[in-house]
Order: sequence, then C-alpha cells, then structure tokens
Amino acid sequence: MAEQVFYEDIEAGSEIPALVKYPTTMQLVKYAGASGDFYQIHYDKDFALANGLPGVIVHGWLALSFLGQMLTDWLGEGGTLLKLNGSYRGMNLVHEDLICNGKVTKKYIEDGRNCVRVEIWAENPQGEKTVTGSAVVTLPSRG
Amino acid sequence: MSDEPVVSEELKSLLNIEFGPEVYEIEKGMVRKFAEAVDDPNPAWQQSAPPTFAAALVPAGLLHKLFNVRTPLTRLLNGASELEYFHPIRVGDVISVTAKLTRLRQMEGKEGPTLFMFTEVTYTNQRGEVAVKGKNTYIKY
Repeated sequence: MAEQVFYEDIEAGSEIPALVKYPTTMQLVKYAGASGDFYQIHYDKDFALANGLPGVIVHGWLALSFLGQMLTDWLGEGGTLLKLNGSYRGMNLVHEDLICNGKVTKKYIEDGRNCVRVEIWAENPQGEKTVTGSAVVTLPSRG
Repeated sequence: MSDEPVVSEELKSLLNIEFGPEVYEIEKGMVRKFAEAVDDPNPAWQQSAPPTFAAALVPAGLLHKLFNVRTPLTRLLNGASELEYFHPIRVGDVISVTAKLTRLRQMEGKEGPTLFMFTEVTYTNQRGEVAVKGKNTYIKY
C-alpha cells in the first residue's frame, strides 16, 4: 500500500496515480455472476455483434468499479469516498487496456471535513474517454 | 420500426412508483466474490463493501419491469451511474433496497429513437440509516 495522502499534500490540478486494468471475457463472466447483470452483450460475442456492437463490451459498472479502486487505493485508510459518478460515453472492449485517471479540481472544508473534488475518467488504448465522471472524497489532515 | 410508441402507457404507469424493499443479507462470501470479480485486492473489502458493490444489490422488481416492458426499442445500454455514500455497507448488514423510475426522456439519436430511463435507488441498513443513494440512467435504442 502507498503512503497515506493528506489534505495538505494536494492542490487543484494534482493527479491521482493512474490505474491500468485489462478486463477479459472471463472477468466479465465473473462480474456478471457477482453483480447479477447477465445481459449477453457482456460475454456472448455473437449476441453482441448481432446488436451492432464491435464485440463483447465491458459493463459500465465494472469500468466505474475500476475508477472506484483507483480512488480508494489513493485515499488509503485515512480517507473516505462520499460521492462517485460516471457517464458511459464510449465502449471498452475486452482484452485491451482500460486506463483510469483522476485529477483534483477543488479542495474545500465543509461541515468540518477536508473535502476534495476529483475529476475522473477512463480511456481505451486509442485515448478515447469511455467513462467521464467525478468523485468527492475526504482526506485526513497532517495536523 | 413499428408504429408502436417508444414511451408506452405501461412504461408511463411505472413513473414514481416505489418498488421494494428487496432485502439483501450482506454475506462475507458475496462481498469477497464481488471484490474478486472487479479484481480489487484491497484488504478493506474483507469487512466492508467496495464502492460499486451497490450494483450487486439489484432492485430486481423495477428493473425486470423496465427491461421487459413492451417497446419497439430492443437494445439496452447503461448510460450513467451515480452513488452517494452515507454509511459504509459492512459484512453482516441487512440492506433494504427500494427503487423508482423518476423520469423518461425520448430523443432522436444517431441510431433512431432513443429512450432514457432515469432511476433512483435507496439502500437502507438494518438500523434504518440510509447507507447509499444511487441514480442510474438506462438507454433503450
């Protein structure tokens, strides 16, 4: 685990360490089982192609889970996640990199808590943003 | 494409009706399986749920209606998800899930008529505290 990040350490513009995932059809099957989302576009290539998709596509929720992992890895034990959202703007295919990124847009104190607003996005290997969203987190003080 | 309306009376009749509660006992194995499926090895997920775990607590009653309602639009995509956290969901919790369809919006997309279905889901724990609130947008086209 990385060292704890503190509120004082970050500013608007600070980048969150990127997380690169490589979803496979097997992972999508596992995710279907764990989440109960058995829509066939996520594991049945024939079905996906017949639906006009380029192939089996990653569940939006799974891509958002990766962004969540990037955030909670960064927050460590001392931080908390208050809000997480993502819009699914493009498709991530299986067997290619899914790159998670984040950048601090604002820091502020609210209700006595050190809040940080973060812009988050996922990219495919072509550099297209497939998920865009934001998160609000709290970080501990060095104090 | 048939002349059937994209937004049927049946679909409209679902607006703002609360579905549920559907009750989920949060078992250790279920959380572990979810963390493994999303490939997140953080040891914190041995006791509490990872951020998107709410997706596994499906408001099946509402979604079954939404996905099976008669409509000329046969294809479905997830458009957006939003989660707000108030209390962590932990192993041993009992979570009651209620859900409703809050809005329908029809648009002309590049592949023809497109229907956005906006939902809100509330996840309440055994102490009566709202643990998580979620919003999701489904797209039929």
